[in-house]
Amino acid sequence: MSSDGILSVDGLTMRFGGIVAVNDLSFAAERRKITALIGPNGAGKTTVFNCITGFYKPTSGTMRLSHDNGAEIRLERLNDFRISKQAKVARTFQNIRLFPGMTALENLMVAQHNALMRASGLTFLGLIGAPSWRAAEKAAIDLAKFWLDRIGLLDRADDAAGNLPYGDQRRLEIARAMCTEPALLCLDEPAAGLNARESGALSDLLLSIRAGQGTSILLIEHDMSVVMEISDRVVVMDYGVKIAEGSPEDVRDDPKVIAAYLGVEDEEVAKVEQELGL
Amino acid sequence: MANPATPASRAEGAAFIFKKALISALVALVLFSLMIGIRTEAGPTGQLIYWTRFGDLASLVAIVFGGSIVMELLRQWWGPVGTVWVVPPRLQSGLAFARKLVAPALLIFALLVPVIFYDQRYILDLGILVLTYVMLGWGLNVVVGLAGLLDLGYVAFYAVGAYSYALLATNFGLSFWVCLPLAGILAAFWGMLLGFPVLRLRGDYLAIVTLAFGEIIRLVIINWQSLTGGPNGISGIPRPSFFGIPLTAGDDGLAAKLGIEFSPTHRIVFLFYIILALALLTNWVTIRLRRLPIGRAWEALREDEVACRALGINITTTKLTAFATGAMFGGFAGAFFATRQGFISPESFTFQESALVLAIVVLGGMGSQLGVALAALTMIGGFELFRGLEQYRMLVFGIAMVLLMIWRPRGLIGHRAPTVFLRHAQAISSDLVKEGHG
Repeated sequence: MSSDGILSVDGLTMRFGGIVAVNDLSFAAERRKITALIGPNGAGKTTVFNCITGFYKPTSGTMRLSHDNGAEIRLERLNDFRISKQAKVARTFQNIRLFPGMTALENLMVAQHNALMRASGLTFLGLIGAPSWRAAEKAAIDLAKFWLDRIGLLDRADDAAGNLPYGDQRRLEIARAMCTEPALLCLDEPAAGLNARESGALSDLLLSIRAGQGTSILLIEHDMSVVMEISDRVVVMDYGVKIAEGSPEDVRDDPKVIAAYLGVEDEEVAKVEQELGL
Repeated sequence: MANPATPASRAEGAAFIFKKALISALVALVLFSLMIGIRTEAGPTGQLIYWTRFGDLASLVAIVFGGSIVMELLRQWWGPVGTVWVVPPRLQSGLAFARKLVAPALLIFALLVPVIFYDQRYILDLGILVLTYVMLGWGLNVVVGLAGLLDLGYVAFYAVGAYSYALLATNFGLSFWVCLPLAGILAAFWGMLLGFPVLRLRGDYLAIVTLAFGEIIRLVIINWQSLTGGPNGISGIPRPSFFGIPLTAGDDGLAAKLGIEFSPTHRIVFLFYIILALALLTNWVTIRLRRLPIGRAWEALREDEVACRALGINITTTKLTAFATGAMFGGFAGAFFATRQGFISPESFTFQESALVLAIVVLGGMGSQLGVALAALTMIGGFELFRGLEQYRMLVFGIAMVLLMIWRPRGLIGHRAPTVFLRHAQAISSDLVKEGHG
């Protein structure tokens, strides 16, 4: 594992019964870089995400996360909420999962749950309104305000999240993940359903997160304009295996990637069939 | 209001209405033919005698037929009801202002009840009963309204609290004020105990297991005769004292010490203020908890459990604390119930109580403190109000509840108030707020 890598996935395999969704996948994500995971539908990208963020327990393989302070965490040994709490991996979802009945501000406050629980003395200090708790609450509101400002939703802080337009909800979900102060931010198709202007704004937001907070980003994306514009490195998957890896330019010209996305010419199919003796 | 029913749809209405009425009449005929059409009774020697009442049956079916036509005509005439209420803005702001006054007005009224109705024992007793249910409703509201966990066995914690106090007081002679926190802690412990096995269950499954838990507690109380006295219950439960001074007619009673004439009403008034204080404590703690991370996590859990996990919230402890907090308030209410009655038996802790408290929470609007208080007042007060109607009481009550649910499907106060805001708190419409999946 290279010294500036944040996440290194080795031999990750995930089986659902007889189906091998991810087969012996290995890749690394670099610190303070944006790594994109792309591939056609059903390639197993979201399964990889679910393994990294603890929603699935992988059949085999290791996932090492190294923090800035040098601590190394084996993600496959953690489960559920501990991935976010201890390993500091945050994620968003392909289909937005905000708390629709809570305001934008409340959504960002919930994201700071663990820090606030500590500050509230496991609720008891908070119940009596201790000054230390009040200060912590104010700091949490300030952090939420900071992120609302960053995504341009400060004016709608008191609106229910479910009432926000689609693009705003996407950005709010990213802000909510950032409020957990993650080391690695995993975004599952953040540009899905956004128009050209909105996905441009999203690219800017992700680049500014990388530059400003120094957060490493791993993203799944189908919008190639976003991928090519912001990724430092691209990993291409098809049928559960890695078929290419490299800079956006390399990947774009890779014949295997083109074949996976666009299919291959008839002659090539005939050639392969001939080789296999079909 | 704009009526979406176009003339074309009205023209074809006649046949449609007739068909609908006919179907309703047919359903009524099937339903009532046995219930009303044939009357059976045991004869003097034990044999079955029956006679027919086809006239009554025919008139009922005719009423259903006619009523169905009238209802459908009214519906078409009014247009869709309940989607948009056209109220002038001035009236709306006036209503909002009035709404703000409801809670303080209710509180002042509650404080003054013993003064106003000092001579009316019946009203004071009713007030205590209503407040007990307000407290139970507020306690269950933490579990059902905030955390979105459907609990059908809430009465179990009420029973645990009541028996805790009764047993501690009769066996060890502990006073009410020592037992009250103990009863709460024990109930919270049982809440955790229930919480553990049901953590992985959701929705209907959770409801069934909690229902069973409520029944188990009751059956254990009935059968563990050596400890609980079984169906005979526990009697002679001590009354609460005023900081150690009993409220009795004797020389060391509170009345004698204050130099006023003893009256049994003193004790009732005292009990009234105890339950009022306990209910207000429940309310205060719940309001505080909502603004703390734990309360927000409860509501987030109701909204989306998967998102909570992704944010690093420990679902297990969050659910357990919700169960324990709700159970603790149930335990307090139970201890109060035991000291007020002076006698408890398993009969007081049937499923009907759980259902009643749950109905209060749902009718009030899940999560709304004021709504729950209003619903408890309406339900428990309503029971008494309709007492004059005798056997039609439950019928009237049922109709009232059905109408309320048509008019306000998400409860009396369906909207949600945000727990934190930057500029101004605006109520969140009930369409957006989730009920939770258990």
